[in-house]
Amino acid sequence: MKILALVDCNNFYVSCERVFVPSLQNTPTVVLSNNDGCVIARSQEAKTIGVPMGAPAFKYKAFFEKHGVRVFSSNYALYGDMSQRVVNTLSTFAPSMEVYSIDESFLEFSGADLKNLNEIGQKIRQKVLKWTGIPVSVGFGITKTLAKAANKFAKKEKWTNGVFELCDTHKNEDFLKQIPVNDIWGIGRKNGKKLSDHNITSAYLFKELPDLWIKKNLTVTGLQTAMELRGIPCFTLDKSQPAKKTIVTSRSFGKPILSLPELEESVASYVTRAAEKLRKQQSLAGGIMVYIETNIHNTLPQYSNSATIKFQIATDYTPELISAAVKSLRSIYKTGYRFKKTGVVLLDIINKNNRQANILEFTNNIKNEKKNNLMKILDAANTRFGKGTLNYASEGINQSWQMSRNFKSPDYTTCWTELPEIK
Amino acid sequence: MNYIKSTDFFLPETKNITALPFYISEVAAGFPSPADDYIDKKMDLNEHLINHPAATFFVRAYGDSMQDANIESGDILIVDRALEAINNSIVIAVYNGELTVKRLKQTGNKLFLMPENKDYPVLEVTKETSFEIWGVVTYIIHKAGS
Repeated sequence: MKILALVDCNNFYVSCERVFVPSLQNTPTVVLSNNDGCVIARSQEAKTIGVPMGAPAFKYKAFFEKHGVRVFSSNYALYGDMSQRVVNTLSTFAPSMEVYSIDESFLEFSGADLKNLNEIGQKIRQKVLKWTGIPVSVGFGITKTLAKAANKFAKKEKWTNGVFELCDTHKNEDFLKQIPVNDIWGIGRKNGKKLSDHNITSAYLFKELPDLWIKKNLTVTGLQTAMELRGIPCFTLDKSQPAKKTIVTSRSFGKPILSLPELEESVASYVTRAAEKLRKQQSLAGGIMVYIETNIHNTLPQYSNSATIKFQIATDYTPELISAAVKSLRSIYKTGYRFKKTGVVLLDIINKNNRQANILEFTNNIKNEKKNNLMKILDAANTRFGKGTLNYASEGINQSWQMSRNFKSPDYTTCWTELPEIK
Repeated sequence: MNYIKSTDFFLPETKNITALPFYISEVAAGFPSPADDYIDKKMDLNEHLINHPAATFFVRAYGDSMQDANIESGDILIVDRALEAINNSIVIAVYNGELTVKRLKQTGNKLFLMPENKDYPVLEVTKETSFEIWGVVTYIIHKAGS
């Protein structure tokens, strides 16, 4: 029998911050979304004193001060690196796994003894905590949906000590009765409401419904979810992690932007970030798309548009990408609008070392080599001395459009100049 | 008894993909380079210094409390969290909420964090201390001649 485990990091973003600032332990701590907008991660203490998920930071400023809540901007460089460490540690337990999100992975155990599951789960928890400093919860099930449900118990109920299993179909029923229908993995808010309207309130009641009714009301995906709750696997592990076919860099601005030069700066800067990623995964872009948007949440005049340029020869050369992006931007820019967001998408990405060659590339070998070397030096300097050490002038000097990240922690694990300092 | 050691053989490193240039211009034919027979493996310091990549962190030491252990202010320490700290390990510890680098010392049933500088006090770990081993220092990266 195959058994799946869902390993979920507890309050992941907050836990990442705590690894390097141990005094945050037992202190209410929150992490804010892009632009320091609203709360996207809360420590247990923050939940206990009543900070809701999605709380707007500006509304809670006084509350945070009063309760000594520690506030952080999102630090995705740190969270990404810590996530990778957790995944690598987990991979020592099972040959087969799926990285489901930045803080969740499915592991597959075949032939594991049901009696040993608690022991395996505790070992996973201990090793990940020791190696990375990140606390995790482990849920076991014979399907993905059951593993996900088991994880909810593991996380919420103290008596589980962070590990819970839903592998025995008969024993499961008592627990499925306790799971609200909205908490089932794959049942969205809309379907959840539909089910509650029919007095289907628990996972147990849902899985007992006739197949035909489910299929008619929730389509075949809903039926698969019900079957998974009954212990029949329908969703398999997705193990592939292909190189990215598109790279997107987009941000909302700290304040609305009206002028073209400022938009150009932001676009140039996003291209620079995207091009770094492109070179890191040893790829070339065949095209670039730029888009701009006003704020759809206000009543001012709205405008959004995008433009795409295809390259004759796929490239990873930042200046070439910037000039294409700026050209696209100018073709769609309109005066008089308050823009909230711009984005850059690198398209038609191909492997740099394994591709159809274009004869035009080889007519200018020395120039190409110079370009490659320039990019290598640029990337090396920015890795060694921190992002933005070497900038393109077109990215601007003041960058008044930058998103607010007033409370960001150092890039402890990805930047030599921001390592944790220890006395 | 002395053994005569055979020469070490190395395989070329194949992890890094190197793009081969495609020459449209002429290719020189002539005396081959005598160095071609001596291509060795590339040596990667990570391989030598890091046993558990997922559990290894770099930190920067500040201050002079560990100067007699060759740790100077500004040195980079390689810290392996996967290792168990033993008596006399240099460790990164959480001592009352603060990260600190010290030598771990166990005497009888008492536990101490020892500075390596007589100007600093010995820290005793008691029941009242909040204490945790964060990781074990495996290497000290110290710049020569500074």
